[in-house]
Amino acid sequence: MYEIVKAEKLTPDVIKLEIKAPHIARKAKAGQFIMVTPTEHGERVPLTMADFSPEKGTITIAALEVGKTTRELGRMKAGDQLFSLVGPLGLPTHLKSYGNVVSIGGGIGLALMYPIVRAFKQSGNRTINIIGARNEKLLMYEKEIEAISDEFFICTDDGSKGHHGFVSDILKKLIAENKKIDLVYAVGPIIMMKVIANITKPYNLPTIVSLNPIMVDGTGMCGSCRVIVGGETKFGCVDGPEFDGHKVDFDNLTARNKRYIPEEQNALKRFMEAK
Amino acid sequence: MAEEEKKPKKIVPKKYPMPEQDPKERVHNFNEVPIGQDAQTAIAEAQRCLQCKRGPNRKVCMDGCPVEIDIPRFIKQVQLGEFAEAIRIIRENQNLPAVCGRVCPYENQCEGFCIVGKKNEPVGIGRLERFLADWERREQKHGKVEVPPPTGKKVAVVGGGPAGLTVAGDLAKLGHKVTVFEALQYCGGVLIYGIPEFRLPKEIVRAEVDYLRRMGVEIHNDYVIGKLETVDELLKSYDAVFVGTGAGLPDWTNLKGENLNGIMSANEFLTRVNLMKAFKFPEYDTPIRVGDRVVTIGGGNVAMDCARTSLRLGCKESVILYRRSDAELPARREEIHHAKDEGVRFELLAAPLEFIGDAQGNVQQVKAIRMQLGEPDASGRRRPVKIPGSEFLIDAQTVLIAIGQSPNPLVPMTTPDLKTTKEGTIAVDENGRTSKMGVFAGGDIASGAATVILAMGDGKRAAKAMHKFITGDRTWPAPEVFEKLSCEM
Ligand SMILES: Cc1cc2nc3c(=O)[nH]c(=O)nc-3n(C[C@H](O)[C@H](O)[C@H](O)COP(=O)(O)OP(=O)(O)OC[C@H]3O[C@@H](n4cnc5c(N)ncnc54)[C@H](O)[C@@H]3O)c2cc1C
Ligand SMILES: Cc1cc2nc3c(=O)[nH]c(=O)nc-3n(C[C@H](O)[C@H](O)[C@H](O)COP(=O)(O)OP(=O)(O)OC[C@H]3O[C@@H](n4cnc5c(N)ncnc54)[C@H](O)[C@@H]3O)c2cc1C
Ligand code: SF4
Ligand code: SF4
Ligand code: FES
Repeated sequence: MYEIVKAEKLTPDVIKLEIKAPHIARKAKAGQFIMVTPTEHGERVPLTMADFSPEKGTITIAALEVGKTTRELGRMKAGDQLFSLVGPLGLPTHLKSYGNVVSIGGGIGLALMYPIVRAFKQSGNRTINIIGARNEKLLMYEKEIEAISDEFFICTDDGSKGHHGFVSDILKKLIAENKKIDLVYAVGPIIMMKVIANITKPYNLPTIVSLNPIMVDGTGMCGSCRVIVGGETKFGCVDGPEFDGHKVDFDNLTARNKRYIPEEQNALKRFMEAK
Repeated sequence: MAEEEKKPKKIVPKKYPMPEQDPKERVHNFNEVPIGQDAQTAIAEAQRCLQCKRGPNRKVCMDGCPVEIDIPRFIKQVQLGEFAEAIRIIRENQNLPAVCGRVCPYENQCEGFCIVGKKNEPVGIGRLERFLADWERREQKHGKVEVPPPTGKKVAVVGGGPAGLTVAGDLAKLGHKVTVFEALQYCGGVLIYGIPEFRLPKEIVRAEVDYLRRMGVEIHNDYVIGKLETVDELLKSYDAVFVGTGAGLPDWTNLKGENLNGIMSANEFLTRVNLMKAFKFPEYDTPIRVGDRVVTIGGGNVAMDCARTSLRLGCKESVILYRRSDAELPARREEIHHAKDEGVRFELLAAPLEFIGDAQGNVQQVKAIRMQLGEPDASGRRRPVKIPGSEFLIDAQTVLIAIGQSPNPLVPMTTPDLKTTKEGTIAVDENGRTSKMGVFAGGDIASGAATVILAMGDGKRAAKAMHKFITGDRTWPAPEVFEKLSCEM
């Protein structure tokens, strides 16, 4: 059992949990994830570590409440115990001094990009960060990311804050301005990552995306997480979750993530009715 | 001449039958198929045993048991109705009797060597073992498990499958402090995530693991070695390390369309159903779905488990697609019979060529081709060859790939000086010693996918060698031994 030491809402439907797990916190690196099973009857779901502190012996996760399991996490409070927690899993973000790194986050991706941007910064990069959400209320980690940005842009779909439009608009603008860009990092909804990859491809701008295929074990033994990268089958959990955005078959990923929609809806309905 | 042949005794020619759930009933539930024998039947079965003496030129049951259970001695106690003593004798050598009594391929192991089996059916040794373990669990005879005083030596076991659990039990029995590191939330390895509930109830595996805990074995679940800590790091705090991480990596056909929705590895399917209890969805949160027709590719135990599980999940037809003929099916005969009784259809001498999907990316059909058997291949089995022009289509909404598993690469990958073979198994000598001093390995990670009892036999030998090593005899094979092993295999 793993104790939740702090629970807070980042937005109405994003929960942030700080969990006591000193053994994981000691080893965690930016870009890695954990598999969490909230209760004994629960599902194992992958969540990126939004932060980790070897000193405090805790890791932090942020989850968008989309279905049964993430909503169940959303109802948990400090002092509650998680049934199972495995990590750190996946390959860490490949860090080096690239030069100018443009990091782009959308939706829940905002919470996930913070430790990665921080690591890029610590590795000696200039960080240009673009964050986006549907509206102002859904923006997260705005202050934190801004504090480690050399350049910083906010976008909202409805124009309630920053640029009225998509994160991709800003990227296009930077490219049009002939800004020197050495690496683009994108994390967020599949469609956003696909659009970004399509923009950077003609310019041959190295682009890394962080994928979210459906997982079961998260350790390489089932293949539920398989994604097609450069025509080859890769396992998201051990070969990823980060891949070369120009090689990812996003349409296959979108289709594969729809495998259990009827069951997911059934589970959610049952959960909402029970409480 | 052997004594029992001098004074012939009337032997009941057949094993006493094992009562089973009716096939029509059982395809609708996940309860265990064989129900278990009662005490009277067990005693009668034990009476069939001739109490043979083992000799240098005379192989008997015990020669077929990789963990060397003293079979005649325990059967003698069953004859006398002394069940407590009988199970005690089994437990001297066997840490998981309730498991092996169910899934051990005893027809090729102990029973394959049984003297009675030469002219009649062999003594039902596996069933007796199961009976005793179940009796023990029912009668709560476990109690506190006596172990000798601590020796002060510490051992780490990586992987909580049958190999690792055997090492843990054997070393705990000698007073060493054992810590098991298991990646999943429960121990048991394939016993928990692979073999279905209707063949091996998970409650039984848990009871066996619990028995080890009572012997003082410490178990860390959710602990992935290679990610959280490396074998090198473990070596700093433990006197020796055993690696029993199994062969959990699914093999694929690499045919066109394999990433369509509805196609999954046997491991994904069985893990969802067994480890995550998807068969109880929505009471448990992990979903699983099978379409009207499920096609399982492969012919081993894993394939039988997939095909039989599919029936229980409510498919209308469950088909096994296997490229050789019935005689070559690698699964245990008992499992094949069970599958047939339950209505699994066998499409033999046929191999898949391609998977065909609809516009939404869901699998709809398997394109396959008829095969015939040609010349024997390296394994001695006749090689299947395609019959030109015999392609055919078979509808399938779910396809399960059960064509094999490879060794888990994580520990070898993160332990630089651990030599592996071409197949990716860890190179070991006959005592389970690896190329790295203090590190031992056994089970599927060293042998490639095999059986529960062979994994346990490996564990047993490794435990003996580990005991010697940590109590002072630090001799270790020369590096050349492993160079050779890693090229040869
Ligand atoms: C490496 C990785 C890191 C991730 N990090 C985060 C994160 O930090 N924060 C966050 O909010 N989300 C993250 N996700 C996505 C998150 O795992 C899913 O949103 C979550 O599993 C949904 O579970 P649910 O029961 O609430 O919803 P469900 O109703 O089960 O599903 C809703 C959606 O989530 C996806 N999903 C369902 N089950 C799984 C599963 N076992 N694994 C992956 N996706 C699944 C499905 O495509 C579905 O569309 C990550 C996914 C991966 C693979
Ligand atoms: C579906 C199926 C049915 C089978 N049926 C039979 C049968 O009827 N009879 C029979 O005799 N055999 C059967 N087998 C084969 C048998 O189960 C295996 O040979 C046996 O389990 C091997 O034992 P093991 O201890 O080597 O490995 P495993 O049972 O594979 O256990 C390895 C353990 O190590 C853990 N692990 C892996 N990597 C790490 C890591 N890095 N850190 C920590 N832990 C790790 C795994 O999670 C797992 O728990 C079957 C196999 C399958 C898949
Ligand atoms: S463990 Fe297997 S081989 Fe040994 S006696 Fe039991 S059934 Fe036979
Ligand atoms: S070989 Fe058969 S008959 Fe002889 S002792 Fe063993 S079980 Fe009994
Ligand atoms: S989640 Fe099972 S292999 Fe990646």
